[in-house]
Amino acid sequence: MSDAARYSAPRPWSALILRVLLWFVLIVFAIWFLLPAYVVVGTSLKDLDEIRGGSLLALPHELNFSAWRHAWSEACIGVECTGLKPYFWNSVSMALPGVVVSTLLGALTGYALTKWKFKGANLVFALILFGCFVPFQVVILPMAQTLGKIGITNTVYGLILVHSVYGLAFTTLFFRNYYVTIPDELVRAATIDGAGFFTIFHRIILPLSPPIIVVSVIWQFTQIWNDFLFGASFTTGGAQPITVAMNNLVNTTTGVKQYNVDMAAALITAAPTLLVYIFAGRYFVRGLTAGSVKG
Amino acid sequence: MLTRPPVKFIDRIARALPQIVVAPGFAAILYFVYGFIIWTGYISLTKSKMLPNYTLIGTRPYERLFQMDRWSVAIENLFIFGFLFVFVSVIVGCLLAVLLDQKIRAEGFIRTIYLYPMAISFIITGTAWKWIMNPSLGLEKVIRDWGWESFRFGWTVDNNLAIYALVMAAVWQASGFAMALFLSALRSVDQDIIKAASLDGASPWRIYLRIILPSMRPVFMSAMVILSHLAIKSFDLVVALTGGGPGYASTLPANFMYEMTFRRNEIAVGAASAMVMLATVAAIMVPYLYSELRGKKHV
Amino acid sequence: MKTFARALCGAVSMIAVTAAAPALAEPKAEVLHYWTSGGEAKAVQALQEAFAARGGEWVDAPVAGGGGDAQAAVLRARVLAGDPPAAVQIKGPNIQEWAEAGALGDLTAVATAQDWDKVLPEAIQNIVKYEGKYVAVPVNVHRVDWIWANPEVLAKVGAEVPTTWEEFNETADKLQAAGIIPLAHGGQPWQDATVFETVVLGIGGTDFYRKALVELDMDALGSDTMIAVFDQMRKMRGYVDPDFPGRDWNLATAMVMRGEAAMQIMGDWAKGEFAAAGKVPGVDYVCASTPSDNGYLLNSDSFAMFNVSGDDNVEGQAVLAELILGTEFQETFNLFKGSIPARTDVPRAEFDDCAIKSMDDMVAAAEGGTLLGSMAHEIAQAGAVRGAFIDVATAHFNSDMSSQDAVDQLVKAIKLAQ
Repeated sequence: MSDAARYSAPRPWSALILRVLLWFVLIVFAIWFLLPAYVVVGTSLKDLDEIRGGSLLALPHELNFSAWRHAWSEACIGVECTGLKPYFWNSVSMALPGVVVSTLLGALTGYALTKWKFKGANLVFALILFGCFVPFQVVILPMAQTLGKIGITNTVYGLILVHSVYGLAFTTLFFRNYYVTIPDELVRAATIDGAGFFTIFHRIILPLSPPIIVVSVIWQFTQIWNDFLFGASFTTGGAQPITVAMNNLVNTTTGVKQYNVDMAAALITAAPTLLVYIFAGRYFVRGLTAGSVKG
Repeated sequence: MLTRPPVKFIDRIARALPQIVVAPGFAAILYFVYGFIIWTGYISLTKSKMLPNYTLIGTRPYERLFQMDRWSVAIENLFIFGFLFVFVSVIVGCLLAVLLDQKIRAEGFIRTIYLYPMAISFIITGTAWKWIMNPSLGLEKVIRDWGWESFRFGWTVDNNLAIYALVMAAVWQASGFAMALFLSALRSVDQDIIKAASLDGASPWRIYLRIILPSMRPVFMSAMVILSHLAIKSFDLVVALTGGGPGYASTLPANFMYEMTFRRNEIAVGAASAMVMLATVAAIMVPYLYSELRGKKHV
Repeated sequence: MKTFARALCGAVSMIAVTAAAPALAEPKAEVLHYWTSGGEAKAVQALQEAFAARGGEWVDAPVAGGGGDAQAAVLRARVLAGDPPAAVQIKGPNIQEWAEAGALGDLTAVATAQDWDKVLPEAIQNIVKYEGKYVAVPVNVHRVDWIWANPEVLAKVGAEVPTTWEEFNETADKLQAAGIIPLAHGGQPWQDATVFETVVLGIGGTDFYRKALVELDMDALGSDTMIAVFDQMRKMRGYVDPDFPGRDWNLATAMVMRGEAAMQIMGDWAKGEFAAAGKVPGVDYVCASTPSDNGYLLNSDSFAMFNVSGDDNVEGQAVLAELILGTEFQETFNLFKGSIPARTDVPRAEFDDCAIKSMDDMVAAAEGGTLLGSMAHEIAQAGAVRGAFIDVATAHFNSDMSSQDAVDQLVKAIKLAQ
């Protein structure tokens, strides 16, 4: 905690009221944040009659995991009744390389832009940053043409390329803002010792980077994993990422809706990113604390 | 700027190394961002309908764009949504960060609760909120069943309120992330200054307002960039939560662009809307980035 | 892994081919569709099985969402990348537009061999032919102008399914007075447009429908009849419960089933919902056409065959086209889907009363010249014009816009979209 809290010394009774108020606000917000999760998880555990008949916020009568099993390994997605299982691995094979490439490239770019400032480095940074704001819907058509010309349309490489490029804007932002906080003297001393660009990166910068690497990896993983539009446009059939398969499972124009399976499918799809946030969330905050946001 | 070693032949490459390293990523951005923007700009001046067509017809697509009621609704919504979303997320994020900074037991647990929405895609959160805000299924029904008969929470079914339903769901999604940014910034404030101020008798309230928050100014850049990119790219949330409705009262430019380009065989008009959107973003972000990046050594 | 699996598949099928069949290009087809779940998925599976039985390799490319919203982007991306799928689920004037762009292949060979001209009604031929050549294969016919009613609920106010719009309004007023929601409706633009077009058909009549919604006659669009249509739409708005915006159509159907609402205006895919809940037509629910002068609003799904390279793909398209229009598949598929076959000579024994009525009405309407394409479902209009209709219909329905303003907006929007 910051010292503002430590050094404040109000009288005990008012401190108590403040404390109660503080917890009240925190709990109200917690309920607000948890409400949708409760609805989704609760629905996934009910059977269809219970959903049709009962209240949305009622607890399920019994824990019924059949919707989960159905969504994972039995539900029909198009003509293949495989559930989400095979698509899960498609997403993994797309997300991992995408995360690695964009993070590595972002780290090097951020490092070069801060510690080896050349003329126009700020302009380059600003131009890269603007890439954050291009809506994906805008780039589908030219991207399709480009991928077609390179000959990697409908392959996982196409998706890795797409995600690496549009992720680069964010990773560069993270790494650059982190590396500006590392004293230039460290690098200068090393150059005097004769170390070069990569040696310094390897020996000095990288060992200082884990916190921001965590931030970048979590961010990129979430973005790539949750992408639907690129996945739908640039892959087909059995190679589709899980979000597309989930959409196919859940969305029906003129068919019958199975809400419990829909919700279970949504949760399975979101599970990896959720787990990342739940278990690595603290490193995420720590990574940001370690300097990425400092001036 | 670093001190440069004396120029020898082999050093030339070594000196250009930073540029060489930046080059591939930068080139990719130039092509995939700016190249595509130029392509879109060109297409917006052509007679493209179902597929891109490279015959120029001037600014006709823009004229048609601005005659469409759907577009004026969409662009107005973007301003309402974008402004409210960024503003409220920052306020809520800041508030939660300050509250969590008060020596809270189980801080990690609560923080995770606040942060998890960021992990889930808008499609899923949109669907969940759609149910909760559905008057005959969700919260309204539950609270009425509890006895509060006049309770109304029909935001998504009201022409004038649907856009605020979007704001609420989006704030729900992103304010935890803003909280994480601010919390980390709070904790990297120089403790000596705070100590000194509090020894001078400044109240905690004053310390926050006068010392801590102003020193966090740089974090606003990250928060602004991340939040406004979410606002502009909001597409899935609209699809899942309101479907743009009632009618098209809650449609956003990204949805308009998609609808025109892919559903209505009006690629030129879609491209024109994309250009207007990007120009709006540039008009807001460029001066901001310029002032943040200029004159100061760091951001 | 995938390459390995593919290699394995290849090897196995190679053995199979060399062992059993004469050396022909093995048919292969990538099928882009949005029928991904429930009865629709079952229906597509039936097709895939039939295709596999003919030795075909089916590459499934499902992209669900909003009646092809997401698929539309995928298709354009694939075409621009120079790698279109073999068969794509598109319909109505979109088929003509793709054909005009030169993207579609020619199915004349199969069509002649199978005598499609004989078995397909002319209205459907017009949809799937471009410049006299078949470029797409129709799968089914959905009728759009249906009222689905709960007879028990109607009986409560001593009413039956209305046969005129005056009767509709009277019945609805009575229902409302009795505290029953007269019309179950989901406020999504396409659903608003569905109700709108049935009202145009009913209030204006089939000739007016053709003039206004098919031929886009500006006088008809700006006429007093159109004002009367919007007046009726305003009335309909009053018959809907306040929570309707954004509701999925199937939830509206469920309201009719549970007796909360009396009627729903929706295409015959609604039958699937009733069937899934174990309801029997004629007993638990009634299907009746919306009031009109024997009009029939037609919605037909079809697969267009894109230009592809490679003998295996071309062969795949031919086999697929033949199968889709085969009597057997037309029967199985449409039983799953709730629609009726596109070809007229399919045995009727298995179909329910609503489907039989639909078949009879279609034949009668075709003879009487009252068989019309649905605007809301992309048969009469597509793309920008359909979008303009939907925009105005939904904007009027979801606000307190006056009928005159709506007509003015409609004329302006249609001009702009043309």
